[in-house]
Amino acid sequence: MIRLATCSLAGCFGCHMSFLDMDERFLDLVERVEFDRSPFTDIKSIGKCDIGLVEGGLCNEENLAVLKKFRENCVILVAVGACAINGGIPAMRNHFSIDECLAEAYLDGVGIENPQIPSDPELPVLLKKVCPVHEAVRIDYFLPGCPPSAGAFEVLLEALLKGETPELPRNFIHYD
Amino acid sequence: MKAISLDGIMAPFAEGHTVMDCALAANIPIPHLCYLPRCVPHGSCRLCTVKIDGRFASACTQPAMEGQHVEIDTEELRQLRLSLLRMLFVEGNHYCPSCEKSGSCRLQKAAYDEGMLDLHYRPWYPKREMDASHPDILIDRDRCIFCELCVKASRDVDGKNIFGISGRGTDTRLVVNSKSGLLADTDISAQDRAVEVCPVGAILVKGLGFEIPIGKRLYD
Repeated sequence: MIRLATCSLAGCFGCHMSFLDMDERFLDLVERVEFDRSPFTDIKSIGKCDIGLVEGGLCNEENLAVLKKFRENCVILVAVGACAINGGIPAMRNHFSIDECLAEAYLDGVGIENPQIPSDPELPVLLKKVCPVHEAVRIDYFLPGCPPSAGAFEVLLEALLKGETPELPRNFIHYD
Repeated sequence: MKAISLDGIMAPFAEGHTVMDCALAANIPIPHLCYLPRCVPHGSCRLCTVKIDGRFASACTQPAMEGQHVEIDTEELRQLRLSLLRMLFVEGNHYCPSCEKSGSCRLQKAAYDEGMLDLHYRPWYPKREMDASHPDILIDRDRCIFCELCVKASRDVDGKNIFGISGRGTDTRLVVNSKSGLLADTDISAQDRAVEVCPVGAILVKGLGFEIPIGKRLYD
């Protein structure tokens, strides 16, 4: 059975929600694929997979580590959604330094009590700039949209499951 | 009447017409962003690049000449247009999900038409200044593609000469012709052609953002 993994890096899980918008068609899909690491299964580490879907861009070192694991383990890796493809909304912080962002969020923001910048060693270190996934690893296919529609997910997976190159129709190409 | 061949279709032209004028009159689409009818073309976006008798040229600046053989819809030119569009996207900050012009943006539409799914290149994320000083009009320079349509429309149509492009290379920026450099200190109005003509979300009329629902916008 085809093994499929998904993850959300610096994203909002909106792409995953849209994936689930396949509704009853999702039931057909789970008959044909087995989900490996994914928010749907809550499996935390990835095994060998045929297809990996990556939502979100790279904003911290954990994102980078997860992405590299996905590339190592997936035969086909797909960048899903605006954030994975161009950094998206999280990349709007690239106009500011990390210190400025942390100060705004944890020190100077409205309604903050006991202001302090989180420093727990378990927290991943932020990258200087948010960047798209194709800057770090080779990506085989791209599914644009914020989020891509359920129909777009269906077109993509239908082609991949048949071993064909996905061809996204014009009406499924949108960036918002 | 004199004619040129556009992808094998003979299209007539009048004296002084460019290849672009000729294609538009014949209803043969050539993708373009910086061309504006009745204004002097300067071929800056290069999106209208075609092959004329085997040589690359921008259709908006090339005069139509008897017997020209123009190639438009070829794989080579489609790949070229795709590269140009990707470069336009990475050299600005084009966050479509948060842009008020999304769905009515000509850059976005051109990229859809060419089937652009990814950026391919590394985004620059340039740092550019916003001008929100004017009560009715906003300049978001993140989205400016330096097409100069606002420069031409303000000078040649509105007769106000409010905009200009300054600097070179990565320092190129849209500037405002006022002592303070701010839009508030000009006589621009929301009805000006210079505002309407912006193909992207760089010059916007305030208070209208997201007025048209998704699915009903110009290019949805």
